[in-house]
Formats: sequence, structure tokens, C-alpha cells
Amino acid sequence: MGEKIEVGCARPIGGPVESSLDENKQTKEKEIIKMSAQVGKKAPDFQAPAFHEGIIKQIKLSDYLGKWVLLCFYPGDFTFV
Amino acid sequence: MSVDSVFSHKIWQEEELSKMIEGGVPYPMLSDAGGNVGKLYGVYDEDAGVNIRGRFIIDPDGNILAMEVLTPPVGRNVAELIRQIQAYQHVRETGEVMPSGWQPGKPTLKPGPDLAGKVWKVWKPEKIS
Repeated sequence: MGEKIEVGCARPIGGPVESSLDENKQTKEKEIIKMSAQVGKKAPDFQAPAFHEGIIKQIKLSDYLGKWVLLCFYPGDFTFV
Repeated sequence: MSVDSVFSHKIWQEEELSKMIEGGVPYPMLSDAGGNVGKLYGVYDEDAGVNIRGRFIIDPDGNILAMEVLTPPVGRNVAELIRQIQAYQHVRETGEVMPSGWQPGKPTLKPGPDLAGKVWKVWKPEKIS
């Protein structure tokens, strides 16, 4: 799952899926992202670049509807714990 | 998902993770430069500039069923994570619920008027050794 993306020198970044944010606010000033993850509620949708099966892809959470997902954050690659 | 670049993920996978697990980790390694997704999920540490150890179990309808967030020095318990996923999958399939300390294969509970006040008959607290 996820489409292959071309990667240059600019680092691709992820974030909330734009359709879920107010478009006017997007153009006028950068939206301050507020935490909105709560148990029992919809998982906030986002997209982000990923390394998977040897290629760089764009991954969108909502593409995984119908599957179980474990979303796992960690401080950094090459850390010890 | 971490704030590292996809290139860092690639090298970590190829140089280290693939030596710990045959074939490396099989799932997508996501890059969250700037911590935008971490902020959305409440795990981005502004001072350190990283996402701390948080994990979220999301069901096929896109709902968050469980979350755990740890500060950096303590690692996760993968067995407990798997137990929770198995329990939530069992709930989804059967509608039964899991008493405290439930493990796969152990008795579940069927909530209803007949069970009120009778949980003691079917479930005993586990001894902590």
C-alpha cells in the first residue's frame, strides 16, 4: 500500500491530511497542530513519507481502513531502547 | 514513525534491523520531519524535537482503541501490546469482554443482567508473585 514518490534534496514531510483542516487558515497562516488523538474516537488522518520494501512511498492512514493498524512512534533511529 | 528522514530509516533497516530480524522490519517506516504527526497524536516533545514512545491500536473502522505513551528511558512490553490486540480482535468478533489480566484462551465475560453481582463466580484475581 502507498504510492512510490520521487525524493530529491528537499526532505519530504508529513502531516495532517489537508482536507481535514480549514483551507483559508492553511493559506493565511500555518495551522497550529493540536493534539486530537483520543481513545474511543477516530484516529486523526495523516500522510507521511515512508521507507517500505526497498522504496520511498507516501503513506496515508485512511488507506488502511478495513485493516488493524498499530501506529508506533519512537525517538529516533539507532537509539538503544 | 520518527522524525528521522526516510534515508536514515533505509540505512537503519539495512545496516542494523535486518541483522536483528530476518529480512528487516516488514512494515512501513514513516518519517515525521517537524513532528507534525506526533503533535497530532500528542507524542511530540518540543524541547527534544523528537516523538516519544507512543503507540496506538487502531481498529478497521479507524477508531483508536488503546494508547500507551512512555518517556524515553523505558522500552515497551511487546507481549502486552500483542495481548491487547488479541483481546480487541476477540471483542470485535464475539462481543465478549475480557476481565483484568485476561490472556488468550482464558475465560471471557458476557455482560448482561445475569452477570451483575456474579463476576466472583467466574473470575478470580490473579496472584502477583
